Amino acid sequence: MDNQSKELFGQTPWQTVGPFFHYGLPRKGGADLTGNSELGARPDLFAPGHYLLGTPPPRGAVEGTHIEIFGRVQDGDGKGVPDALVEIWQADFAGHYYAPGRKFIGFGRSATSNDGGYRFRTILPGRVAGPGNSLQAPHIAVGVMARGLLKRLVTRIYFQDSEGLDTDPILELVPAERRDTLIARRAHRPGAGSDSVPEKTTFPSGRATDQGAGGYRFDIILQGAGEIVFFDC
Amino acid sequence: MIDLYNREDETVQPPTLFPAYASTVKRAPSQPLIRIPQTITETSGPGNCWDDLMGGAMADMTRQHKGEPLGQRIIVTGRVLDENEKPVPNTVIEIWQANAAGRYIHARDDWPAPLDPNFTGAGRVVSDEKGRYRYVTVRPGAYPWGNHHNAWRPSHIHLSLLGPAFATRLVTQMYFPDDPLIALDPIANAVPMPYRDRMVSRFDINITEPSFALGYAFDIVLRGRHATPLEA
Repeated sequence: MDNQSKELFGQTPWQTVGPFFHYGLPRKGGADLTGNSELGARPDLFAPGHYLLGTPPPRGAVEGTHIEIFGRVQDGDGKGVPDALVEIWQADFAGHYYAPGRKFIGFGRSATSNDGGYRFRTILPGRVAGPGNSLQAPHIAVGVMARGLLKRLVTRIYFQDSEGLDTDPILELVPAERRDTLIARRAHRPGAGSDSVPEKTTFPSGRATDQGAGGYRFDIILQGAGEIVFFDC
Repeated sequence: MIDLYNREDETVQPPTLFPAYASTVKRAPSQPLIRIPQTITETSGPGNCWDDLMGGAMADMTRQHKGEPLGQRIIVTGRVLDENEKPVPNTVIEIWQANAAGRYIHARDDWPAPLDPNFTGAGRVVSDEKGRYRYVTVRPGAYPWGNHHNAWRPSHIHLSLLGPAFATRLVTQMYFPDDPLIALDPIANAVPMPYRDRMVSRFDINITEPSFALGYAFDIVLRGRHATPLEA
């Protein structure tokens, strides 16, 4: 049997992205949802003539509180994962997801640095509806892919001190002692604000951080001490 | 609340931990996944903005440089469908692969097979209103890797799809018929039979074009909406 066999029809299986996706997936600017930098790609991993992924179109001013989110993808030995791809999906400042006609596209991609660091520039999302009549706390959906991950891992970034954390219908499904693994902490610069991740981690660099853009730290620990929560959705 | 999309089928999808693929051992989470309902976060996604997000189409990977790449020219075509066999129109497929010698242009690929200055191996197409897509490339070669003694990856093309929602994301690999390396490959074998065969393309003389290129058929099936959705 093969792909075309009628009796075999159904979901196509996941396979790993492997270690060599950098010239195929993460383009320049893909990790900057505010459209101000070339953050997100790793053009240093192949010859310049092979960068075919394009550059972002101008986006204009993006409404909302501008922030940076950074952290480290870390394996069960405490080592940074140099061949991970982090994707995010979020609402705009007012709690609207992208639809044709809207300006803000809440999708971003960041390849990790040689040390496993990733970094996004975006805005704080607004609150969106949850099941029933509930309202979710501001959050960003995250997908993690890497060599060694046969399928995507899904998690969420929530924000320290934001409204609705105590009543969020998804966080309520997480054992209380593990909820902290889903909450990004305020941090002034990449590398700060973490006990579990080495200070020397290098993070993808883009243009200089906006003065006043708030920083949040969110480490994606795949396994072991500090392992974060992943979801089946 | 009823989920809008079917869940990933556990009988079909690979596990996160599959020790024969050594890199999974230190990267697979040790805690079980926590099942959550699908909210608007999971059921929405970027659509019809692919040029903004990713740039224009790159449907012919043999014409991205000054000369033509070496290797067997091929056409790959098929449809993007959901589990209800409905076409998934206007959805992006990102493509990457090794060259005909089995070498990636990537700095971390240190296997000394020749690089081809006329081949990058990156492509991108968008499905049409009937879910159809088509691209032209060269058949990638097999290559050795360090997973175990005498390990060789079968020829494969990497494919990445977003589909209509965050929940429908898929990254897979397309394999070629009659490749003896598939049965020996831990990555392909992380998917149990018979479902592994869903990733094996079919040679098709009707897709093959005279004096131009061999043709392969490959359909991609994303998670579908529930057959009888009950919307609140």
